[in-house]
Amino acid sequence: MPKLNSSAELEKLREEILSGRNSNQKIITLCSGTACHATGSRAVAESIELELKNQGLSDQVIVRKTGCHGFCERGPIIVIYPEGICYLQVEPENIPEIISQTIKENKILEHLLYVDPDSEEKITKETEIPFYKNQQRLLFEANIKIDPKSIEDYLALGGYKALARAVLEMTPEQVLEEVKKANLRGRGGGGFPAGTKWEGTRNTPEETRYVIVNADEGDPGAYMDRSLLEGNPHSVLEGLAIGAYTVGAREGYIYVRQEYPLAVENIDVAIKQAEEKGFLGKNILGSDFDFTVKVHQGAGAFVCGESTALMTALEGRTGEPRPKYIRSNIKGLWDKPTVLNNVETWANVPLIINNGADWFSSYGTETSKGTKIFSLVGKINNTGLVEVPMGMSLRDIIFKVGGGIRGGKQFKAVQTGGPSGGCLPEHLLDLEVGFDELTQAGSMMGSGGMIVMDEDTCMVDVARYFLDFLTDESCGKCVPCREGVKQMLETLTDITDGRGQEGHLEQLEDLGELAREVALCALGQTAPNPFLSTLKYFRDEYEAHIKEKRCPALYCRELIDYYIDPEKCQACQACLKKCPADAIIGGKKTIHVIDQEKCTKCNTCFEVCPSRFSAVKKISGEPVPPPIPEEERTIVRGSKEK
Amino acid sequence: MSKILMKIDGKEIEAEEGMTVLEAARTVGVNIPSLCHHDKLEPYGACRICTVEAQKNGRSRLVVSCVYPVEKNLEITTRSETIDRARRTILELLLSHAPDSEPLRILAAEYGADKNRFEKEPSFCIHCGLCVRYCAEIKGLHAVGFINRGSKREINFVPELVAAECWSCKECFPLCPTSALQAAYVFTAAQVSEIPVFEGDTD
Repeated sequence: MPKLNSSAELEKLREEILSGRNSNQKIITLCSGTACHATGSRAVAESIELELKNQGLSDQVIVRKTGCHGFCERGPIIVIYPEGICYLQVEPENIPEIISQTIKENKILEHLLYVDPDSEEKITKETEIPFYKNQQRLLFEANIKIDPKSIEDYLALGGYKALARAVLEMTPEQVLEEVKKANLRGRGGGGFPAGTKWEGTRNTPEETRYVIVNADEGDPGAYMDRSLLEGNPHSVLEGLAIGAYTVGAREGYIYVRQEYPLAVENIDVAIKQAEEKGFLGKNILGSDFDFTVKVHQGAGAFVCGESTALMTALEGRTGEPRPKYIRSNIKGLWDKPTVLNNVETWANVPLIINNGADWFSSYGTETSKGTKIFSLVGKINNTGLVEVPMGMSLRDIIFKVGGGIRGGKQFKAVQTGGPSGGCLPEHLLDLEVGFDELTQAGSMMGSGGMIVMDEDTCMVDVARYFLDFLTDESCGKCVPCREGVKQMLETLTDITDGRGQEGHLEQLEDLGELAREVALCALGQTAPNPFLSTLKYFRDEYEAHIKEKRCPALYCRELIDYYIDPEKCQACQACLKKCPADAIIGGKKTIHVIDQEKCTKCNTCFEVCPSRFSAVKKISGEPVPPPIPEEERTIVRGSKEK
Repeated sequence: MSKILMKIDGKEIEAEEGMTVLEAARTVGVNIPSLCHHDKLEPYGACRICTVEAQKNGRSRLVVSCVYPVEKNLEITTRSETIDRARRTILELLLSHAPDSEPLRILAAEYGADKNRFEKEPSFCIHCGLCVRYCAEIKGLHAVGFINRGSKREINFVPELVAAECWSCKECFPLCPTSALQAAYVFTAAQVSEIPVFEGDTD
């Protein structure tokens, strides 16, 4: 296929692709994103190929391996078109009947459908499942329909139409106006208005300018950028090319983590395809706009997600931040004006150009427009990636989309914004999710991590965990972060280990203030957030740890003891046999007792004690009751001999 | 070079365009403490001890003076309760590593820093990077560099380069505010038999 030289040629190609596609065509789409990959989608894919061959259907059914669908909790996911039948948690053993029943006979296999936990109703169509129904999937919609390695699939959905419009019908100023009017804010963390950033670069006198995709996603539990890049790489490229046209850049970079091999593979394929079609390279779509894109693989440092560290790493030096009193959009990569935006920000650009700023800003709140993808993880029923309009309440995201808390437990907090974000408590569940709303509440949007915590989560330990992560990921250049945050971690560890003292909280606040005010980069400046937000909303937990040596969530190992309630123990020997430390004394018909000297607090006895007995208890802040005398431990006919 | 009018501690001063606030302050005799700064080296902004308050358009924020460029109508405050508290905490954090360092002790006395506030972890190096940067920027040798990151970061000599270059140079030695550099050198030298062990001062 030769390069395309005009909008007309692009439209002709799109029509050719569409006319070759039959709307009644049977298509099996299989989610092949990272999470489904981990739950076995490759084996399912092999099974589908084999079974289609065995049943003589190989040339009648199209198998499309797509990117992430988002409902990772229930993967691997299969959706059969044109009907849109959705099967969840599919295993290779299910494939023969799916082919023989659903594909051949149009019969629905009820046992593979989603069952609504409230109504117990079975739901056939993916779009009708509450998890999807309550979302607004502007960006993610295409993931389900596209084989990421097929540019034809992307073109069939109207791909590169926005680039053609921008480059051939609009001036850079017009594109900039549209992006500014849409009030697209950076999805990577800061929420800085993309249009303002672009304008700064556009207005510099420098000839050489760069655009960069920040795909160095590193927050624990976050994978939305990964899934966009893996599932729909052309949308990111198209956005990037539009941005380059607007600011006058001729070269762009995609800085992607080496740990994302599928994303690297798919973006490499996409770049090659886009070059072949004339969406990248010289004289794009017949215009005089030239733009090339290179992929740079990061070596795995969290701090390289920070813009100046990313650029330093891209220049081939150690990925350390540099002071940015002059913004990168004026003096960035190799000291040239550089627009750096996150994957999701770039992917929004084609939508804005195609549908207009007014359409885009019809979603969201006053100051946060459009949608946002969140990675919803933790103690939640529907783990996965969700895309919702800005302004949806935390409650709706967690309970309507996320299906509520796992195991019927109580909600305690939600951590947003990644390691540098904060934990928000139950009384803030009705908070509308937007950049400014989250910041005001002491957390942040960040790149969209959302970790749900239940009553069993210790908030002091959560702060300790995130500071441990940040200490490990600090580059070590500036003192407030290298020394101060590390010292905060040590103090928090003292508190969770039962060595908390008066004055510890004041010291933590002092070090937190130092990091926030004086650290070199955003990593250090926001590092105290996990501590500050948990202190703000859960001060009682800190005080219980320090003053009473008690962990209210019964989580901190050094502050809890295990105890078997003699009234409840039925001498089933489950814990006795499983205890790795031989710390349980007892036997058949003899009530079990824990030898506190030997107990390593591994939690095994607590886990294996049958729930109908619930004899093993965790206690904190009080002494363990003395063991009952040996002569009283014998059980006769299910009741205890007294 | 055009002149820039600005204020430092309430005093009107004239600075040259392209200067940093630290340079401008020193030309008019205002002393701002620094640990990682060196006139011959690129501004680094790591120790943060030179933090000052910058007021501009009615807004005030803390900036590091060794990097912040001078500009028209900028007002700088070099001492305040906030600044002193930040400097004091920075010193206390560094003193836990290098309690006997002369430059740290002098500053500690000035800012009332308690060298026992944080638990001692004598590793001596305060990561000012003077040796690393001097070797790279002035000598172009890169014989000493940082390894690891975060709290595990430390300076390390490249043995092959030590053998070939360092013995006759040692220009970085007097830059070190602690004894970490010499210790690292001696450690490397001890591992490579061709390198003469540093004379004398090996205790």
